[in-house]
Amino acid sequence: MDFNDTPEEAEFRAEANAFLSQHLKPKTPGALRSVGREDFLERAKAWQKTKAEGGFAQITWPKEMGGRGGTVMQQVIWGQEEAKFDAPTGPFAIGLGMCVPTVIAFGSDEHKKRYVQKALMGEEIWCQLFSEPAAGSDVAGLKTKAVKDGDEWVINGQKVWTSGAHYSDYGILLVRTDPNVPKHKGLTMFIVDMKQKGVDVRPIHQASGGKEFNEVYFTDVRIPDSDRLGEPGMGWKVALVTLMNERLAVGGSPGPDWKEIMDYARSAGTLSDQAFRAKLADWYVAAQGYKLTKFRTQTALSRGETPGPENAIGKIINANHLQDICNSAIEMQDHFGLIVDKDEAPSDAIFQESFMWAPGLRIAGGTDEILKNIIAERVLGLPQDVRVDKDKTFAEMN
Amino acid sequence: MNFDFSDDQKFLRDEARKFLEAQCTTAHVREVLDDDSKSHNEGVWKQIVEMGWLGAAIPEEYGGLGLGMLELCVIAEELGRVLAPVPFGSSAYFFAEALKLAGSDEQKSQLLPKVADGSLIGCIAVSEGPGEIKAGTIATRLKDGVISGKKIPVTDGDIATHAIVLVKDGSGESLVIVDLNQSGVSREPVKTLEPTRSHATISFDGASAELLGEAGNGMALLDQINDRAAVLLAFEQLGGASRCLEMANDYAKERVAFGRAIGGNQAIKHKLADMYVKNEVARSNAYYGAWALSSDAAELPEAAAAARVAASEAYWFASKENIQTHGGMGFTWEVDCHLFYRRAKLLAVQAGSPAVWKEKLVSALEAKNG
Ligand SMILES: Cc1cc2nc3c(=O)[nH]c(=O)nc-3n(C[C@H](O)[C@H](O)[C@H](O)COP(=O)(O)OP(=O)(O)OC[C@H]3O[C@@H](n4cnc5c(N)ncnc54)[C@H](O)[C@@H]3O)c2cc1C
Ligand SMILES: Cc1cc2nc3c(=O)[nH]c(=O)nc-3n(C[C@H](O)[C@H](O)[C@H](O)COP(=O)(O)OP(=O)(O)OC[C@H]3O[C@@H](n4cnc5c(N)ncnc54)[C@H](O)[C@@H]3O)c2cc1C
Repeated sequence: MDFNDTPEEAEFRAEANAFLSQHLKPKTPGALRSVGREDFLERAKAWQKTKAEGGFAQITWPKEMGGRGGTVMQQVIWGQEEAKFDAPTGPFAIGLGMCVPTVIAFGSDEHKKRYVQKALMGEEIWCQLFSEPAAGSDVAGLKTKAVKDGDEWVINGQKVWTSGAHYSDYGILLVRTDPNVPKHKGLTMFIVDMKQKGVDVRPIHQASGGKEFNEVYFTDVRIPDSDRLGEPGMGWKVALVTLMNERLAVGGSPGPDWKEIMDYARSAGTLSDQAFRAKLADWYVAAQGYKLTKFRTQTALSRGETPGPENAIGKIINANHLQDICNSAIEMQDHFGLIVDKDEAPSDAIFQESFMWAPGLRIAGGTDEILKNIIAERVLGLPQDVRVDKDKTFAEMN
Repeated sequence: MNFDFSDDQKFLRDEARKFLEAQCTTAHVREVLDDDSKSHNEGVWKQIVEMGWLGAAIPEEYGGLGLGMLELCVIAEELGRVLAPVPFGSSAYFFAEALKLAGSDEQKSQLLPKVADGSLIGCIAVSEGPGEIKAGTIATRLKDGVISGKKIPVTDGDIATHAIVLVKDGSGESLVIVDLNQSGVSREPVKTLEPTRSHATISFDGASAELLGEAGNGMALLDQINDRAAVLLAFEQLGGASRCLEMANDYAKERVAFGRAIGGNQAIKHKLADMYVKNEVARSNAYYGAWALSSDAAELPEAAAAARVAASEAYWFASKENIQTHGGMGFTWEVDCHLFYRRAKLLAVQAGSPAVWKEKLVSALEAKNG
């Protein structure tokens, strides 16, 4: 057990840090959520390109995929160092974290040549088109259908909650190709060009005020059969690979933590309050629990072990933790805590902003309830929920 | 970075688990539970002594195995899993660690070999009444090399041969080492929530004592001793909490109500998932504490406190919800659930309650993030 870098790790850390210092400014508390800024997308694309050219994008990917061919520990170190800077990484998390790995796992050599490098260089952005109005947690119950027509498939239906669809170039699209089998067996995955005719992207106004996700309508959209990922009917298996990557990618702490609320309490003169101190201890323990559990997973990964559904715990801890901290910070500010104007609100209004974002975090990428089911069923081996649709075909149920 | 135990340490864990599952079953624990005259399980204790575990973290020059703190953490978790009804923690986590930390060369060479071979059983005697141990509240007095006063409760105080005692003297508080087999010492067993670990009231009336560390440095030293013990206790707690989850999980799969296993209901599934999450948080914090302890890191105070807070919460939750999952059966004397519920409470309040450790944690964070 050792938390210190090995000499090679220390060398890599220094190299990473030097590269980051050369290109970015250190992170300030106000920069915790810079997603909403006007120039965010342009900055993000530029940073992705710089990173890729410097050899720091997708560190564990093999060199022939444009990665560094590096180790898991190098990826960890890079993540730790990048987090110290005001790095605009958001728009690529879904594409590089989930979609492109799915393309690499199931796509043809043509696909890999065509898409991987461009995504890596920040030239093309990807989105994930799974959820639908009637199929979120139960995503296998989705209705958007694809009908074969010669060498093409014709897509009709609607997706929803698609993050970044409004600025995405491509997406991975899960659709129903066979309604006459049970729901999980009739799905197929495709690569879809988001800019083509018949794809209609309509931003959704979020409860938090922003417009980061969308409804996406498909009307007679044609996709060549060659853009299929996996066999027809194997879409669920392909989707699980995406979702497994999602739970690894989504866990990161996106807002204020124990340190920020402690700093605020000190400046406000409430750090001596006993009740507050007891809560602060709990937040520190939870934050450490999250961070250190990730270290354990990364240690396992670095030994070539595959992370299991245990990773679901990261997201459960994190999202609830964030919501709780923001709520407490606002209540500490009393009536003034309502103010969201950055010029007036303490700490650049990070608590208020994340307060409105936290509910979404508990839903996106698997709700708390679904993640608990995953832990109960796949880690603890408890019986599955009653599934009334289990042995019925999709058509019979709908 | 490498955030896991080594293969050798995992081998030690596997061996310890095999041994304890065979030699320290809950039937052995119940021998102590059901017999007021028994302070510990002698057979189990004898075998643990023979394994040399008491000396796992005692250097070879003082008669130990000289393995290290990580190995002691591994052993602690296993002892926690089986609710070992023996004075291991008092002797190894508190007494031996206190000597390693503050003992003179002479004290170490005299006493540590005896801890390692089990001929000496150590304990720590601090509490005198309800509430947190604070400077200025200690009545037991040291004067001219002898002490007088009363300590209650002292975990393993009735079987121990030696105690480290917190006393007041002219210079404030000090720690002293006391041989308990002398005429100025009398002991009475005291009934507690946790009968499988014995407790005593110890009265001192002119008992001779020698200083451990500097006079007047008792509170600071006690803090350091508790930081070290806290990590080891956290591993015992983690072991117990893990067993509670296993028991609840087994029962939830077996017990049928309303035509299906109770573990098929989300109220039970999510309860056990919550247990799992808390246990993992406790495990990660305990590992960090183990690292800080074994490397004498400057982070030890906050790492130890976080380990202890997380482990106390996890064990409390797991032990109470394990009873709940067992329904009416969980509330019987015969079913083992209550043994864990009892042990969880002992380990949560020994060496300071969760509230005390939360305050220590925040003070440490405050000092470092000023
Ligand atoms: C910020 C954000 C970004 C998103 N981005 C994307 C994206 O890019 N691409 C994409 O495809 N999707 C995306 N989603 C969609 C997300 O995956 C779904 O919202 C989520 O899976 C929940 O589905 P739902 O909204 O239909 O809720 P429902 O499934 O209708 O759930 C409603 C409630 O019922 C509970 N529930 C449902 N089933 C069960 C059960 N079996 N047992 C117990 N409780 C249950 C849920 O936990 C929840 O509390 C995003 C969502 C958010 C909030
Ligand atoms: C102190 C005490 C006094 C009692 N006195 C009497 C008495 O005088 N007369 C009498 O007849 N009985 C008495 N009982 C029995 C008591 O009513 C039962 O213990 C209780 O109904 C639970 O049943 P069980 O023990 O079989 O647990 P189980 O039904 O096996 O339940 C085990 C666990 O599974 C959970 N569970 C079960 N079904 C579901 C479900 N569908 N959804 C979610 N969770 C579920 C339960 O909540 C529990 O946590 C007494 C029990 C106690 C502890």
